[in-house]
Amino acid sequence: MVLPSLKNCLWLSCILRTPKACFWSTASGGLIIQSVSNDVYQNLAVEDWIHDHMDLEKQQVLFLWRNSPAVVIGRHQNPWQECNLRLLRQKNIKLARRRSGGGTVYHDLGNINLTFFTTRKKYERMENLKLIVKALKALRPQLDVHVTDRYDILLDRQYKISGTAAKLGRTSAYHHCTLLCNADKVVLSSVLKSPYKGLKSNATPSVPASVKNLFEEDPSLTSEMLLDAIAKEYATQHQIDHHITVINPADETLLPGISNKTKELQTWEWLYGKTPKFSISTCLNMAYKDSVLDVRVNMDVKHGRIEVCNIDLPEQWLPPGLYSELVKSLTGSKFCPNETTTLVTTLLRVCPQDDELHSKWSLLCENMIMLM
Amino acid sequence: VCIHRVRSCSSIRFIKSKYVCVFDKSALKFSHQQRLFRTSAVSCGQIVQFKLSDIGEGITEVTVKEWYIKEGDSVSQFDSICEVQSDKASVTITSRYDGVIRKLHYSIDDIAFVGKPLVDIEIDASKGVASEEDVVETPPMSHEEHTHQEIKGHKTLATPAVRRLAMENNIKLSEVVGTGKDNRILKEDILNYLAKQTGAILPPSPKAEIIPPLRKTETVPAAPRDKAQKIPVPVSRPIVFSGKDKTEPVTGFQKAMVKTMSAALKIPHFGYCDEIDLTQLVQLREELKPVAELRGVKLSFMPFFIKAASLGLLQYPVLNASLDENCQNVTYKASHNIGVAMDTEQGLIVPNVKNVQVCSVFDIAVELNRLQSLGSAGQLGTSDLTGGTFTLSNIGTIGGTYAKPVILPPEVAIGALGKIQVLPRFNGKGEVFKAQIMNVSWSADHRVIDGATMARFSNLWKSYLENPASMLLDLK
Repeated sequence: MVLPSLKNCLWLSCILRTPKACFWSTASGGLIIQSVSNDVYQNLAVEDWIHDHMDLEKQQVLFLWRNSPAVVIGRHQNPWQECNLRLLRQKNIKLARRRSGGGTVYHDLGNINLTFFTTRKKYERMENLKLIVKALKALRPQLDVHVTDRYDILLDRQYKISGTAAKLGRTSAYHHCTLLCNADKVVLSSVLKSPYKGLKSNATPSVPASVKNLFEEDPSLTSEMLLDAIAKEYATQHQIDHHITVINPADETLLPGISNKTKELQTWEWLYGKTPKFSISTCLNMAYKDSVLDVRVNMDVKHGRIEVCNIDLPEQWLPPGLYSELVKSLTGSKFCPNETTTLVTTLLRVCPQDDELHSKWSLLCENMIMLM
Repeated sequence: VCIHRVRSCSSIRFIKSKYVCVFDKSALKFSHQQRLFRTSAVSCGQIVQFKLSDIGEGITEVTVKEWYIKEGDSVSQFDSICEVQSDKASVTITSRYDGVIRKLHYSIDDIAFVGKPLVDIEIDASKGVASEEDVVETPPMSHEEHTHQEIKGHKTLATPAVRRLAMENNIKLSEVVGTGKDNRILKEDILNYLAKQTGAILPPSPKAEIIPPLRKTETVPAAPRDKAQKIPVPVSRPIVFSGKDKTEPVTGFQKAMVKTMSAALKIPHFGYCDEIDLTQLVQLREELKPVAELRGVKLSFMPFFIKAASLGLLQYPVLNASLDENCQNVTYKASHNIGVAMDTEQGLIVPNVKNVQVCSVFDIAVELNRLQSLGSAGQLGTSDLTGGTFTLSNIGTIGGTYAKPVILPPEVAIGALGKIQVLPRFNGKGEVFKAQIMNVSWSADHRVIDGATMARFSNLWKSYLENPASMLLDLK
């Protein structure tokens, strides 16, 4: 990532002189910053930090960032509904929940993120998107890009290259959007397809769309060029220097409290516990010995924990005491494959040591875990 | 239409509400109801309907997604009340008033309308009713210092009046200890802070709203005090600890552990401990570590401990057995599936290495690596966690010497390994040398295992580890 030269000494001394409010910039009107980190949690934490601590009255901020592979869901979404969590775990792709609304997106280094910070009063998404389109057209006049009234940017009138979301607080607001430069479309479509059946939820659903990379339209384009073009346009419109300040999201001195924000974004309570209440109603097809059993399962999940659990097993398939023990343990437990695995294997220790019972138990539990 | 009707009903209810009293400081007039909704000395306040303010971009309706408060909670100005969503934008609605929440007009997933009431807040009578206009924004400088507000809804540390007082006196709120509810900073705290700075004893504020726990000095007339007043006297106040107990239900994995450990309690445990000289093993491992690394495997001491245990179990198979529920039958397990206790975020989990009796030390190391990386990623499978017949717990990696491990049913024995320490010992010639000493603590089920068996097994295990070359003789 090659960045324009930094007036390091100048802005560093600015920070040291005025440690808190109104730091960083010698220019007024606007500030362009770029993150050195590709960690989605650190970068989301920077957004939170700016939203909570910076005074945007005198200067607005444009934040540029990219992430290593991650799926980012909206504030009120259901990760089970939106993506293939099993695949994410296998491929080591991170899951993040942002604080703004909207739908689910896939990030990798071929996708750039832009966040426009303003005061609450100056919140204006259309203008920001028009700025991006203007920058793209200035870079490559032949590109057919335009903004829709759903705040998407379309290429060639059919392919989505940018999605938008926003967060409004009491005094400040931010609008962030993605821009597809050269993302891995194969991984994108596979991770954003949910395999979980029978989910019923009031969570915000995502609207699937056909996507295309700008790189496919014009192979001479790179992420750096696009970032630079957008920064240039922002600088022009805000009448400031075309100068990008680099920040390190791990710097606690510059951003006091940032490591706590970063940690919070990674907790189970935030990622999964914030999922709006949902229910699962599905059928397990378990092949046991010579037959196939159809087992109806109904579960209610609230705050990411199983509130109600019903498994419709044939009578006496499992000893009744054991069945009720399973249901009792699952109730109140996290709707999480790891938690459930450790729970059921621990419970097995106090069951009668019978091979047939053990294989039935394992079969049932493996199927239950697949739902998570 | 349905929603509209509900709302007009609620407004009618509001007019009839017994909460509304005449705003009159002099006469504390309560209606004939039994319950008191305030415990302070202030009279009942006025209910104000806090309306959903303009979101911008011409939006007229939003969906309520999360409440940060519930009816009966007290809020301060700028506290977060709820999260609403509109067209890809998530908006945090904050309170305009200080007061107590009396009514929520919407449930989760309801559509809320801009300009219509969102919550009813009962305002402190002494503070008066805030104007309907948008709140004037505080000067930018005070933002981080005085508004410790996070989107998820933690309360601010001080009311606006207190903040103003602090600002006027150039006091940083972060340096003042709050003694109010949730560590809130009260006026008294500011005054006490000032007293400490100036060394004077300030008189208490004339219209204190909340009675501080201890009042001193304001009515002390005696003469001897005069001399003392020249020396700054710190205002002593009893240390008020406002932490609260937190009760959580026992769920999930923890619940299962409760069951297992209660079952383990029924096993009559006996313990046997010993000291192992690992000097030779330490040297051997140093030599073999690079070889294993070339093959892409991290070699710790555990593979040696596990293999030695399996060799021992071949001679003393009762330690690899299981007793049935009624204690009528003992099953001698053919496979040595040796469990390794692992400390993870969730707590203690015990995956096991299958069939150690046919594995080489290197095989065991490979399998351990696999289990360890799955364990830290939280991705262990059910087969990894079931079928164990014997367990070793290397608690020494965290610390400790001797332990009293608890047997994991349905097994009958367990060993806890302490940390390796460098200690002085005597050799055969009576000379002192540096020895690498590790302690082992065994626990076994006394219903099927006796002390002698445990001791002999331990001695055999110990001899394999103290003289690793002897393992070669018996390796299968």
